[in-house]
Amino acid sequence: MAILEVKSVSISFGGLRAVDDFSVTIEKGELYGLIGPNGAGKTTVFNLLTGVYRPDEGTIRLDGQDITGKKTIEINQAGIARTFQNIRLFKELSVLDNVKAGLHNHYVYSTLEGILRFPRYRKMERAMDERAMELLAVFDLDNEADYKASNLPYGKQRKLEIARALATDPKLLLLDEPAAGMNPNETAELMETIRFVREHFDMTILLIEHDMKLVSGICEKLTVLNFGQVLTQGNTADVLKDRRVITAYLGE
Amino acid sequence: MIQTGLISSLLKGLLVPLCTYAILAVSLNLTVGILGELSLGHAGFMCVGAFSGAFFTNVMADAIPGTGVRLFLALLIGAAVAGIFGVLIGIPVLRLKGDYLAIVTLAFGEIIKNLINTMYVGVDAGGLHFSIKDTTSLGLDETGVVIIKGPQGITGTPKAATFTIGILVLLITVFIVLNLINSRSGRAIMAIRDNRIAAESIGIPVTRFKLMAFSISAALAGAAGVLYAHNLSSLAATTNNFGYNKSIAILVFVVLGGLGSVRGSIIAAVILTLLPELLRGLNDYRMLIYAIVLIVMMI
Repeated sequence: MAILEVKSVSISFGGLRAVDDFSVTIEKGELYGLIGPNGAGKTTVFNLLTGVYRPDEGTIRLDGQDITGKKTIEINQAGIARTFQNIRLFKELSVLDNVKAGLHNHYVYSTLEGILRFPRYRKMERAMDERAMELLAVFDLDNEADYKASNLPYGKQRKLEIARALATDPKLLLLDEPAAGMNPNETAELMETIRFVREHFDMTILLIEHDMKLVSGICEKLTVLNFGQVLTQGNTADVLKDRRVITAYLGE
Repeated sequence: MIQTGLISSLLKGLLVPLCTYAILAVSLNLTVGILGELSLGHAGFMCVGAFSGAFFTNVMADAIPGTGVRLFLALLIGAAVAGIFGVLIGIPVLRLKGDYLAIVTLAFGEIIKNLINTMYVGVDAGGLHFSIKDTTSLGLDETGVVIIKGPQGITGTPKAATFTIGILVLLITVFIVLNLINSRSGRAIMAIRDNRIAAESIGIPVTRFKLMAFSISAALAGAAGVLYAHNLSSLAATTNNFGYNKSIAILVFVVLGGLGSVRGSIIAAVILTLLPELLRGLNDYRMLIYAIVLIVMMI
């Protein structure tokens, strides 16, 4: 069954049609790649999917539920979590608290219960700590749980962002250029992590990436965007052989 | 301690203001340090709390004879009214960011102060009477008493606030703020401060938590205002009491004490409130030394 079904979504900014008639269907458990040259509209697609922008036309369905035009918060609660191209961690919070913030809607107690330290506060906080440490352990971050997030090395910050997104217990995980700014070793390790996340959490993943080695290495299917339009989509091997894709990237 | 000469009468007069400023600094730290929004209207909330608290005390003078009980209730009411003002002002203001938010809160603080300056409120057998013109236009009958007299403010409030009560309110404030910071809501508030977009992306309702932090901060400032009012026999909404200079002074406590540091806020408030008084003997050099201490603390 399709987890994500996007049909003919478009958005314009002024006279620029940033995304034009974009459609994609992602099945459960797939690792899907969204590629294209700079300025092709990839991040705009992510922003449309996560409710940062409202599409002018078209519909977005997540697991059968219409989420078109909903707010970011509602879409997260419906089951889409994301990471950002330029890492957006809660810098001043500890690594553990970053993940616990992700658990916000899953371990609920009221502000008053928190201030007055009711038994429920202790129970929920303990449960949150356990769950957060579990997630951190998966990403090999459990030894750094008390570090300030901004003190982590770059690669680990990326991992923490993924851990935080997974804490919201999504159906679909969006990764916006996870390998940006990484050296080949880190990229290889990241590929392992993404594969592992898919297996371990039984996750469906859509990722934007420029690193072709990563894309061809782990994505099963690809959609190529160029100037806001879908150039081609299909199995990774076929798409990467497509003349139009090569032209779009390298020129005539 | 006064008898033994350990505390001079000058210092004794400062004990309640010390608590008041420490509470104000801690509560403003919630807005500036934890929520990360620069508010320059904190004295406005203090003013709301001071007047609603003192008003309650005077209206209930006969109904509730015990000054202690009255002060306790006045503290609750002052905090509640200031909290409500926090919500009302927060709804439009928190849509703004950074400098714009600071300017608008500054304006709100001044507006509140000036509004109270034009208010005349009296009470008689028929209930409350309200006017913005003068005392006679209140139309009170012979049982009537004018409570808020425009620019003269409220006079005759019993000086019920003691150092002990001040410390208690300060402790409660610290308790509330620290426990809030270390709870789910506090984490959400700090997440919003660090990165609003990321906070939204993980499903944290940004507006609700911003408003919560802002109004809790306002309510605590209101309680500080009640203390302040019950330490003065005559309370007027003057620039000196509740003007923007007061807001800035509180902000100085917060910034020098360290953004987000509750302990720092208290220490800075105490030192910077005591210093000008302790240096009174040095007369000419007083402001110079104060300025130097400010600079040293900054570094």
